[in-house]
Amino acid sequence: MHRLAGVTVNPDLQSRDFPPTEPYLVGREKVREFARAVAATHPTHLDPEAARAAGYPDVVAPPTFPVVVQEATLAQLLAEPDAGIDFSRVVHGDQRFSYSRPIVAGDELTATLQVTGIKSLGGNAMVTAESTIVDAKGEHVVTAISTLVVRGDA
Amino acid sequence: MIELEVGQVVAEASYPLTRDSLVRYAGASGDFNPIHYRDDVARNVGLPGVLAHGMLTMGTAVQPVVEWLGDPGLVRDYQVRFTRPVVVDPELGAVINVSAKVGALTDDGARIDLTVTFGEQTVLGKAQVLVALPK
Repeated sequence: MHRLAGVTVNPDLQSRDFPPTEPYLVGREKVREFARAVAATHPTHLDPEAARAAGYPDVVAPPTFPVVVQEATLAQLLAEPDAGIDFSRVVHGDQRFSYSRPIVAGDELTATLQVTGIKSLGGNAMVTAESTIVDAKGEHVVTAISTLVVRGDA
Repeated sequence: MIELEVGQVVAEASYPLTRDSLVRYAGASGDFNPIHYRDDVARNVGLPGVLAHGMLTMGTAVQPVVEWLGDPGLVRDYQVRFTRPVVVDPELGAVINVSAKVGALTDDGARIDLTVTFGEQTVLGKAQVLVALPK
């Protein structure tokens, strides 16, 4: 059987335990800055009074803000010396967020990485990385799931 | 309670992106990959030009749904597949168009399917937002 000259990502990553990331304190101005960057104009993202009137303790982060917290877990993955993942060949394939509640300013969040899938497809490797994000009480806030495509030799 | 039908368009919007938008998103998100602001780097890795961050497109595309819902906390799940790049011209920029329609009704809300286009082509696949509906 002819084997394509593809990439090989270390399958052991799936059984590896990664430590939780350092706590990320969500700042009000960071939420506003992110909101402006993604054209989020709803007042709950920008105005603390509007957010409180809607029942939130402070401004509410837009739906894709968790990527900022998730990023530290993807850095952990790419930093694994034996992972076999060359960052310059990584393309973002898909992304998903599953929320228990929205992130709000004042949250102190930690993320824990698990690699839930590695497969080969047409000479590329597809790595699924799931980051579980919890608040200071340990309660679930959101899970961020990325599929990274590691391109093989063209 | 909002009455919805499958296939109903609930929101539509267009978003002009410029190189400034990309720099702003780089700073806000912490994603400083130079393919999102340097033509020479983009060309050297074989891209047709500087690209918008996929996460910028994803983050922007959900905004019409949030506006329609009137509460970002009603978004329960959001997923996309990145299928085509959005090339942002240094002078002309790029425009992404978003159409949000009801894909399915669920127990407490709906699945909203997003069609996101740049020029004549869709740039996101399986772009789905699960929402709860305001009581």
